[in-house]
Amino acid sequence: MKLFRRPSSAPLWQDEFSVFTAGERYVNRRQFTKFLTLTSLAMFVGNLWILARSWFYRAPAYPRRVVARADELAVGGTRIFDYPAAGMSCILVRTATDSWVAYSQKCTHLSCAVYYAKEQDRLECPCHQGFFSIADGAVLQGPPRRPLPRVRLERLGGELIAVRMEGEGA
Amino acid sequence: MKIDPPQSRGLTAIDGAMALIVILLMVQIWLLSATLESFLAGHREAALPGAVVSGVLFLGCLALYLFVVRIDAEARKG
Ligand code: FES
Repeated sequence: MKLFRRPSSAPLWQDEFSVFTAGERYVNRRQFTKFLTLTSLAMFVGNLWILARSWFYRAPAYPRRVVARADELAVGGTRIFDYPAAGMSCILVRTATDSWVAYSQKCTHLSCAVYYAKEQDRLECPCHQGFFSIADGAVLQGPPRRPLPRVRLERLGGELIAVRMEGEGA
Repeated sequence: MKIDPPQSRGLTAIDGAMALIVILLMVQIWLLSATLESFLAGHREAALPGAVVSGVLFLGCLALYLFVVRIDAEARKG
C-alpha cells in the first residue's frame, strides 16, 4: 500500500532496522509518527462512533410512576426510588412546603450514589467530593463535569408522579 | 557517525512535523472528551461538528505523516 510504502527498495528488514545510526534516527521518527497518526485515526473513529450513536438515538419511552405521596416527606426529607427501571436509583427531596425535586442518584463522575446534605442544601457525592445544586442538578464543585439527570415530577392530587428523565445521555 | 547537513535538515523537518502532529493530537483528544461529555449530558447537537473537526485534524496528521515518509525516503535514498 502506497501510504505505508517502504522508503527504499532495500529488503524490509534493512529498511525498518537500519544498521546506520543516521538511518535509525529516521526509522524511529517515521515509526513514531505512524503511531501518532494511527492514534489520531482512533480519536476520529471515536468521534464517528458518538455521531452514529446520536443519529440512531431514540428517546426511551419513560413510564409514569407514582414515587411518593406529597405529604409523606417533611421539608428537607428525602426518599430513594427506582426510575425509570428497577435498579436505577433516584433521590427525591422536598425542598420547601410545596416544592419537590428528584435526580438520578448516580454521580456523573464515576457513578457513586449522591445524597442530600441538608445543612448545605445540595447533593453531595462522598467519593470525590462532587457537589451538585439542589435547584437544577448543576455541578457546584469537584470532578464531575455534567449535571445530574433530573427526574421530571408532576403532582396529581396528593401524589408525586415521575414522568420522564431530563439531561440523560444515550 | 557524522551526519551530513542534508540529512540533519531532514531530521529537523521531521521533528517539526512530529511536534505539529502532537499538538493536533492533543486538540483531538480534548475534542473527543468534550464531545463525549456533551453527548452523555444529552446534547447530541455537538456530535456532528465534533466529528467534522476531528476528521479535519486527522487529515492534517495524515498529511504530516506522508510528509515525514517522503522526507525519510528522500534522505535515506542517497
Ligand atoms: S464519583 Fe462522584 S465525585 Fe467521583
